[in-house]
Amino acid sequence: MNRPRALIGIVVATLVLIAAVGLIPVARAADPIRIGLGMALTGGLSANGKPALLAMQIWKDEINKKGGLLGRPVELIYYDDQTNPATVPGIYTKLLDVDKVDLVVSGYGTNLIAPLMPIAIERKLTVIGVFGLANNEKYKYPNYFQISPTGPDPATSTATGFFELAAKQTPKPQTVAIVGADAEYPQTALVGAREIIKHHGFKTVYDKTYPPSTVDYTPIVRAIKATNPDILFVASYPPDSVGMLRAAHEVGLQPKIMGGGMVGLQFTTIMNSMGSKLNGIVNYDYWVPEKTMMFPGIAEFFKEYQPRATKEGVDTLGYYLPPYAYAAMQILGDAVTTTKGLDQQKIADHIRSHEFSTIVGKVKFGKNGEWAKGRTLMVQYQKVQDGNIEQFRQPGKKPVLYPEELKSGNIIYPYSAALK
Amino acid sequence: MFSWDLLANAVVAGLLLGGFYAAVSLGISLIFGLLDIANIAQPAFLILGSYAAYVMNEAYGLDPILTGILFTPVFYLLGALVYRVYYGSFERRGEESLRGLVFFFGVLFIIEVSLSLKYGVDYRLVQTGYTGKSIEFGGVGIAFRYLVPCVVGVAMTIALYLFLGRTFYGRAIMAVSQDQGALRLMGADPVQIKTIAFGIGIAAASLSGALLISIAPVIPSTDRDYIGRMFAITVLGGMGSIGGTLVAAVILGVVESLMSTFFGPSWSLAVSFGILLAALAVRPAGLFGR
Repeated sequence: MNRPRALIGIVVATLVLIAAVGLIPVARAADPIRIGLGMALTGGLSANGKPALLAMQIWKDEINKKGGLLGRPVELIYYDDQTNPATVPGIYTKLLDVDKVDLVVSGYGTNLIAPLMPIAIERKLTVIGVFGLANNEKYKYPNYFQISPTGPDPATSTATGFFELAAKQTPKPQTVAIVGADAEYPQTALVGAREIIKHHGFKTVYDKTYPPSTVDYTPIVRAIKATNPDILFVASYPPDSVGMLRAAHEVGLQPKIMGGGMVGLQFTTIMNSMGSKLNGIVNYDYWVPEKTMMFPGIAEFFKEYQPRATKEGVDTLGYYLPPYAYAAMQILGDAVTTTKGLDQQKIADHIRSHEFSTIVGKVKFGKNGEWAKGRTLMVQYQKVQDGNIEQFRQPGKKPVLYPEELKSGNIIYPYSAALK
Repeated sequence: MFSWDLLANAVVAGLLLGGFYAAVSLGISLIFGLLDIANIAQPAFLILGSYAAYVMNEAYGLDPILTGILFTPVFYLLGALVYRVYYGSFERRGEESLRGLVFFFGVLFIIEVSLSLKYGVDYRLVQTGYTGKSIEFGGVGIAFRYLVPCVVGVAMTIALYLFLGRTFYGRAIMAVSQDQGALRLMGADPVQIKTIAFGIGIAAASLSGALLISIAPVIPSTDRDYIGRMFAITVLGGMGSIGGTLVAAVILGVVESLMSTFFGPSWSLAVSFGILLAALAVRPAGLFGR
């Protein structure tokens, strides 16, 4: 082989190599890391879906200000699932196949997470669920994690604290009425409640469900009143929570302790409108501005969230879901940074085996991807005044009664005493 | 668990609920029952009425019912405009059946999404001076939150009944529902009459929407809960019968209330719609149908 031909051969080979390398889709430093999700931006769950998305956007903005993940900016790609589970498979298929997202998180709520599960399992995705109740109970998919602090037994998470509190009161209440909507979450909560009621030995005097589109709750409340229960456990969605509470005041229903699993009473507009009618209700919650709940970073989060939420017309206080949606992204971001890559399995292994410091406190996942130890709070509305939204920014209006380690106040018992 | 007290309370609660259902269904009774226009967007106008009441209550502290009355001219004009668009685009060309339905679906979604964009998706509710108050007559409690909408609903029904039977335009609306061709031969313009009727139907939504938000919290998609009830009441009452609408609304209200009290609230809607099916099997034109 003569030297010029060998030289030409080397040059050509080098050029081919360079061209080939150029064709391989290698992520460059400037390429964003894409995180995809469907979210309820319209429809029944949008009152929570929009604040959740806002919290995720805040995380994205903050992480990008710090230089992104792995030196790459983060981009959120989201579509409106319209609170319609039928849209979820299409949304995630598009995110994965067309938008080529690197990571996914779920939309908000049990019903919208359920259709994502088979896709996640089939494609071996790591998924952090946003407030899904027992979505992984059946699948036991190891790479699914769930951010609401319902704990390893989500079905009983609201009932456990509520009935434990009831059982501690003197004289101990004896009879219980349970009521809830004919929908996924209330049904699960009622199943859990029945189990806990049996455990404490209370006598059930009323156990009924109602259609979610019910307009008038007074007949239901009157029927409950006729059974004269000591305890009333309600598992309801926002419109029925308001309907039940108003009807209870109109009918004069005053069990010794009332509340439990009423969704919606945590939302700013409803708290503001219901005002003093909330007094005495003992209900589940996930975050309240009490001293025991001030985890590192949470105050800064609300400083950023609240003005943006006011501007966008979503949950102004944002205590219920937004901190947890933000924490979900913190965990995902932490896992990407620590594993130094976007490998779904490595990320899942890391999330499964580590404890994370988030704005909602230390998070460690356990059985079925739920929090290893549940932390559903029981709070009581106390001395709430009418038409004053500012009061809810201060401690004392919703003291934590349960669990013991986060307790920040004492229960006013019976319910009638809290109305005075 | 039966007691006469409970029974009396359930019946009274049902009557009150029926009055409210009548208010909600009057618009559709006029538009669908008399004009044969499947205005599937009517519940969205209802929610629009709720938001108008909410906004005025937040800004000026106005009572929702007062807002409902004040906004009726605005809703009337809006209704007249929607009908003109519908007429020009579909009815005039004889394409009203399926394409018209799609048009109203479109209107429904536009209203829903516009409300979401403007006011967000938080639950909105209005507290009035009478919310939470009730009176009692011999063991029967009456919540003002339902009494006021019931009284307004019955008043709306009577007013519409008298308007249709006693006024020139009312009779013209009745005539246009019976025979448009004959009306045209008499020198009247059916399109003009239908515009007025449609406008009145939408104006009714202003007031009934205000009643709705004083009873329960509302989000833009709450309209979907009312589509079924509105059309069921109109059909059960008899197409075009205003009095029938009130009777059907009261039947549904009382049945829902009795079921909720004595047999479990889960059955209330199923039994209500079961009654609708049974009634239609016996009287296909509805209870007071022509």
